[in-house]
Order: sequence, then C-alpha cells, then structure tokens
Amino acid sequence: MKLDSKIPEGALEQKWEKYKSSVALVNPSNKRSLEVIVVGSGLAGASAASSLAEMGYKVKVFCFQDSARRAHSIAAQGGINAAKNYQNDGDSTYRLFYDTIKGGDYRAREANVYRLAAVSTNIIDQCVAMGVPLAREYGGMLSNRSFGGTQVQRTFYAAGQTGQQLLLGAYSGLLRQVGLGTVEMFARHEMMDVVNIEGKCRGIIARDLISGKLERHFGHAVLLCSGGYGNVFYLSTNAMGSNVTAAWKANKKGAFFGNPCFTQIHPTCIPVSGDHQSKLTLMSESLRNDGRIWVPKKEGDTRKANEIPEEERDYYLERRYPAFGNLVPRDVASRAAKERCDAGFGVGNSKMAVYLDYKAAIDRYGKTQAKKLNITNPTAEQLRVFGKQVVEEKYGNLFAMYEQITGENPYEVPMRIYPAVHYTMGGLWVDYNLMTTVPGLYALGEANFSDHGANRLGASALMQGLADGYFVIPYTIGAYLSKEIATKAISTDHEAFVNAEKDAQGIIDKLFAIKGTKSVDHFHKRLGKIMWDKCGMARSEKGLKEAISEIRTLREEFWKDVRVPGSANDFNPELEKAGRVADFIELGELMCMDALNRTESCGGHFREESQTEEGEALRKDEEFAYVAAWENKGNHTYELHKEELKFEAIKIAARSYK
Amino acid sequence: MSGNMNLTLKIWRQKNDKETGKLVTYPVKDISPDMSFLEMFDVLNEELITKGEEPIAFDHDCREGICGMCSMFINGRPHGPKRGVTTCQLHMRSFKNGDTIVVEPWRAAAFPVIKDLTVDRSAFDRIIAKGGFISVNTGNAQEANNIPIPKSDADASFEAAACIGCGACVATCKNSSAMLFVSAKISQLALLPQGRVEATTRVKSMVAQMDEEGFGNCTNTGACEIECPKGISLESIARMNREYFVANIKS
Repeated sequence: MKLDSKIPEGALEQKWEKYKSSVALVNPSNKRSLEVIVVGSGLAGASAASSLAEMGYKVKVFCFQDSARRAHSIAAQGGINAAKNYQNDGDSTYRLFYDTIKGGDYRAREANVYRLAAVSTNIIDQCVAMGVPLAREYGGMLSNRSFGGTQVQRTFYAAGQTGQQLLLGAYSGLLRQVGLGTVEMFARHEMMDVVNIEGKCRGIIARDLISGKLERHFGHAVLLCSGGYGNVFYLSTNAMGSNVTAAWKANKKGAFFGNPCFTQIHPTCIPVSGDHQSKLTLMSESLRNDGRIWVPKKEGDTRKANEIPEEERDYYLERRYPAFGNLVPRDVASRAAKERCDAGFGVGNSKMAVYLDYKAAIDRYGKTQAKKLNITNPTAEQLRVFGKQVVEEKYGNLFAMYEQITGENPYEVPMRIYPAVHYTMGGLWVDYNLMTTVPGLYALGEANFSDHGANRLGASALMQGLADGYFVIPYTIGAYLSKEIATKAISTDHEAFVNAEKDAQGIIDKLFAIKGTKSVDHFHKRLGKIMWDKCGMARSEKGLKEAISEIRTLREEFWKDVRVPGSANDFNPELEKAGRVADFIELGELMCMDALNRTESCGGHFREESQTEEGEALRKDEEFAYVAAWENKGNHTYELHKEELKFEAIKIAARSYK
Repeated sequence: MSGNMNLTLKIWRQKNDKETGKLVTYPVKDISPDMSFLEMFDVLNEELITKGEEPIAFDHDCREGICGMCSMFINGRPHGPKRGVTTCQLHMRSFKNGDTIVVEPWRAAAFPVIKDLTVDRSAFDRIIAKGGFISVNTGNAQEANNIPIPKSDADASFEAAACIGCGACVATCKNSSAMLFVSAKISQLALLPQGRVEATTRVKSMVAQMDEEGFGNCTNTGACEIECPKGISLESIARMNREYFVANIKS
C-alpha cells in the first residue's frame, strides 16, 4: 500500500483556504442520520465532539475516567501558542509555522503545520468567547508570555493551569451538547477494539468499566482522541490511566503507526525518590529562566549542595552552550543532564539528579529590589529577604509544589531535577484530513503523529489538540461523510461486531485464565526500565537490539505469569491495567524497532552512533527525511512504509544552540 | 522502598452499591515518608494481590492535584489533614510512625458508592450540562480582544474556575450540599461579560438540577471552603445567591 498524504495542490499559504472552499459538504438533514464515535474527551476529543454535534451529527463520546473533565489535557501547565501578534513583535502565521517545523527538527509535514499555525488565532477567539479566563493585562487585553524555542511572545496562559482552563472550556461545550441531547456520553467506558466492515471503520467495542459488560457501538466514522503513550516507560508525567490501547487496537486493525520512537523527555521534573514511585511531576520549564543548573566538579561528591564552594561547581550547560546556556531546548538539556549523571557526577541519594539553583537569582533580585526601595547599604539578610520575595512572586506555586513533594525548601537548598518522559510526538499516521490508513477512522491530538515532527515546542500541544478538534475535523470529515449519506446505520448484530466482541472477550478470558504469580505493575515496571535504559534519552544499536529481545521475553512471561484478581463482571481496575500493559509491551517492541531503523539523531531521538565530535545530535536529511509508518502484519511483525517529507517553503538547516 | 513507618489502616470495603460495607483493618510496614498517600495504597494493593486477595478500588488519575479524580475521606477529612492539597499530593511525612488512619469514601446520597473507595460523581456532570457553559458554537466567536475585561474581574473569574470538581465540598458538608461546586461555575461565568447573557437561565436551571440530584442546602458552616483543595471561597456562594435572587425577581 502506498501512503497518500492527500496534501492539497497549490501554494502553501492557500492550501487550506482552497480546501475549505472546495471540500464536499453534507446537508443538514443528512447530518442527522450520520453517527460519529469519539474516543477520548481531552482537548481534541471534547472540541471535536461538541463541534460535530453543533453541526448536526449524532455523536457518542467515550472516556475511561469518571467524567469527561478528568482527561489529562487538564494537567498542562504552561500555555497555548497562537500567532495573534498582539505584542507587535513581528509574529505571523509564517513565523509560527517556521518555528514549529524547525523545533520539530524538520520531521513534520509542511502543509499540516502551516494549517495549524493559521487556525491558531481562531482557537483563542473561540476559547475566550466560551468563558475561558485567560490571563489579562491591566488594560483588559489578553496577556502573553515567551516560551522556549521562539523569539516572540505568543503564548497565552491562565497562570500555571492553562490546560485545566482550556479543557474545562471544551468540556463545558461538550456538556452543553449532552444537555441538548446531541451527544451521548459514556464515561467509565474503555474502547476495546475498532470494528471494520468491508474495509471501512464502522464502530467500536467498549467495556463498561463498572458492570464489566462489553458493548457494541456503530458509527459512520470513528475519531480516536485518546492521547499519547508516554506510560510505556512506566514512569512519566502522564496520568496513571493514560494508555495506548485505542491506538494500538487500531494499529492491529490496519491503521499504520507513525514515528513511534519520537518521544519527548522533559528536563525539569522532580527526580524519582524510590521504588514506590508511581509517577513523575513536571515543574514548568519557566524555572530555567532564572535557575542555574550544576553538578559538583568532583565525581561522586557526597557533600551537601551548600557545602560545595562556587569554584568546585560545574555549570555544565553554561560551559557547553555559552550562547543559550540554561535555556537550550528540552532535548539538549535532558541529554546533558543524563551525560553528567552517567559519568558519576549526579547528586542526591539516587545520584540520578542535577541541581537547579536559585541562589544567584535570589541575590540578583535582592540587589535590584534594594535599589528600587532606595536602601543604600542593605544587609546580607535584607538582600536575601528581598530576593526571596521576588522569586516567590514569580515562581511561588512551583516552589511550593516542590517542597510539598520532596519535603525540602527550595529557597534554602537547590532543587534536584532530572528529565522525565513527557509527550509522544509519534502516533497513528494520518493524512491531511486526519484520517488513518483505515477509511473512516481518524486520529486527533496527541494520538496522531502529525504536527510536531521529532520534538514538540512548549505550548504547542494544547494548540494542536484544539486545532484538530475545533477547526480541522469539522471540515475534513465532510470529505468522507458526504459519500456516506446513503449508508444506513449498520446493525450491531453484524458478524464483524460479533467477532470483534468475541476477540475482546477472548483477551479478558485469557488474562484471567493465567492465574500467575506476579502483578500487572510488576511487568509494567520491568517494561519501563527496559524502555528508559535502552530506548530513552540515548539509544544505540546494541542497546535497542537487547531491548527488543528483552521485551519479547517479558511478553512471553507476562502471558504466562500475570495475576489478575477479581472478576470480569465487576469494577476491576487491575483488569483494566492488565489489558493496557499487554498493549504497551507490544508497542515498546515497535518503538525499539523504529528507533533501530532510524540511524540518525533528530529532535527527541538521539542515536549514539550519530553525533558530532562535540557530542551534538547529527541529522541525516538525505536518508531520513521521512515519516516511518508501521503496518502491523500480525504475530508481532511489522512492515515499514515511508512518507517522504518535502520541504518547499523552508530550507532545511542544522539546529545550533551554541 | 525502604521506609521506617508502620501504620494501621482501617479502610472501607464495599463490594458494590447494593451490598453494605465495613471498615477492614490492614497493617502496613516499612512505609517511606516520601511516598504519597496513594503510593502507600499501591504498596498495600501489591501485597493484597500477592496474597491472593482483592485489591482496594480507589479513584485516581493525574496524581498531581489537578484532575480531581482522587477522593478519599481520611481521618474524617476529605483529602486528609493538610489544607490546599488533594489526596494524591498528600505525603506520608504528614503522618507519624504508629498512626492509625481511617479511610472512607466520599459520603453523600448524591454520590453512591461504586466499590470500596470509589463513588459515582456523575451528578456534577448533569448539573454542568444544565447551564455550566456559554452557548457559543464553534466558529461563532469574535476577535478575542474586542471585549476588554478588567483584570480584577478576569482574575476573580479565574479563581472560581480553579475548581477541579473533586467533590470534597460535598463530602465534608453535614448537609451534603454542592453549593460551593455549583457557585464556582456560576461565579466564573457571571464575572465575565460573555457569561452575562445567559446568567438568569443558568443559575435557575443549575440550581434546579442540584436540588433534583439530592444535594442538601447550605447552612453556612464554611467547612467546604476549609476543605477545598483549590481554595474556592464562600464568596462564590454569596454571589450565586445574589444571582439566584435577581433571576427570580426578573421572572
């Protein structure tokens, strides 16, 4: 099968406008008889569902949480980008497009990214109209801040809770449609499989997580808005329930998986404190604006941070990257921390952490504040108090969160940080319409592979989720559904539904029949360790090959020795986890295969064999300027398909932050 | 995981909404003060699974205090003894070695128990569906900066919007009142010019649904404000009452 990205003809700037004016429409009376299933209720799912319902389609929404409002979009802190140019600092659709392509290390599709940048402004308008309380200036206008990887201020925000406010906005729109009866909501339901009939996706099998019953649901089209798969690493900043199951089942039913090895490791997370750790907490990237990152110069130094004199500290980012210093992009900062810890210079009990120090900032702010207050000979104590006040104003909530989790006061001792898995750029391969390789099956938001290339810029995930749901799918779904108006709702007694339900039941029965000795978490932790060690921040041929063989062994062991307690006809969170971990194990193997295939370094993917003499990532554009789309051939075998990436508007160049 | 805390847990076990439940005692050993309260539950569940018993069902997801899914009533207080945090943000260093800790589900007629510590909070969704929104379809919106909004109003609206819908306010209230939850949404939208258009119908229909779900009335004890992990203030209840009063005069 040849991949067809269906990019419209014409100049980059006109593709989307032309597409919108020429795409087939569905008339209102026909929309009423067309049914759409949406899996996931985060930014992408909620915005798509409400928009489609407003247009007149019959919509069903499924989420595994107890309410649509819990989706993990809610945890995004920083902000949402939009090319409004409110700051008059030279921003434009083209610049946002350019920054996103460059930030993604030239591994994203130009046409999609341009469209994303173009609709970004509509998102802000829509959210404000819906009552999302974004931050404002004293004049009553919306406020912006800057974010990594850009030179303009285009990030809109709501304190450190931008994701929460945007999600609750999208949720309110969704619930409004539920109230109007145009959306039927299925909370505490998990998608178990997609159902294909005559080559088209026609519905899903879902499990009611409270009664345990399997249900069949028909749809003329199915939208997977089920988020990313960072939990394949066990420890990540994702929610405990975030999983790949919906996307993975789709892969097994013919939807290719794009760039699975592209994962983003975020540099400023609170380090692991012990084996009990269940998740990692991110601290906003903004902390790098004022903090200095260092480790001791002496290997294995056991002194406390405050006992190590200035000249014995290695500010390694400032040393290696004098131009950008502590503000290098996420992937560069993460790898540098790993390099120091691997070399034996790590700090804290685990030695897998580096210091993020605010002492210099507190001193600096203290002096400026004393000047502002006209205090000529401030005491050292006064300076500290002033400095702390300023830092508290800027970062107080983050410092409080750090203290809450670690029990240490970051105003007095440097924070300890370490990188953690945060976001997955890879996902189901989609064309310009956001349709997967299965007709009628779409993927939106983090669940698809499309817009971030090999590395996502800060404040772009929220933008993409809402762009897909509010402003892309309402148009592109018409291209498909306009041809489906004659298709009557298919009975769920159809053999394809019956068989898919049997398969789902078969997996559940098989899990219970094992009656093994080890918990699901036991296997998940082991998988996470393999992935983190060998398919994490740095990857090598040797490591990846080992990982693949270890994962295969783990898979066999899982299916022989996992213990799932309780029963299938009951609320049973262990059974839910078991199904998800089974899918993570298979995905992990494919991620390693993809990483092994891509013998270049780009964005979040760093192959040790492909680096410059100074240890920087080395891209190989002639060989690897393509999307790797993996077809599941059954029995854990996969075929690689390539979508060549053509750069017409942008000239490919090396990223340098020196 | 080596920790040095030994604790006695008394945990509510209930098979489903039909059967009656009871407190069951579980000793836990070697708990680290760095663990979160939910990680301590992970350790206990792992032990129960190993022993062949059924683990304790509890709701949780983001484990960073924002999704609102975790919901334990710990020693008589929702989200435990500390103010301003959810259960997932509560760490074991807030307890002492040798402590006995009683853990129950949210208790309210409108939040029936599903299993053990898991309850059904869908009543909140049904209230929001009655008016917790601004009726603007995708594509309707005007340019975002066309309506300037005073910073003080925007900030107050944001503070009300910080509600995570966890239900701690209901769980702690002796009347099982949902007034803090409902008034937070009413306030968020009432403070913004975009939200004024539907203010009258919104407050009436949301309050009607709140009553229909079986939540109790407010008698101003203020427990909800104390226990709210996001610091939603009683002022929002006062604002909702004003909105409700005006709405009824208008009609």
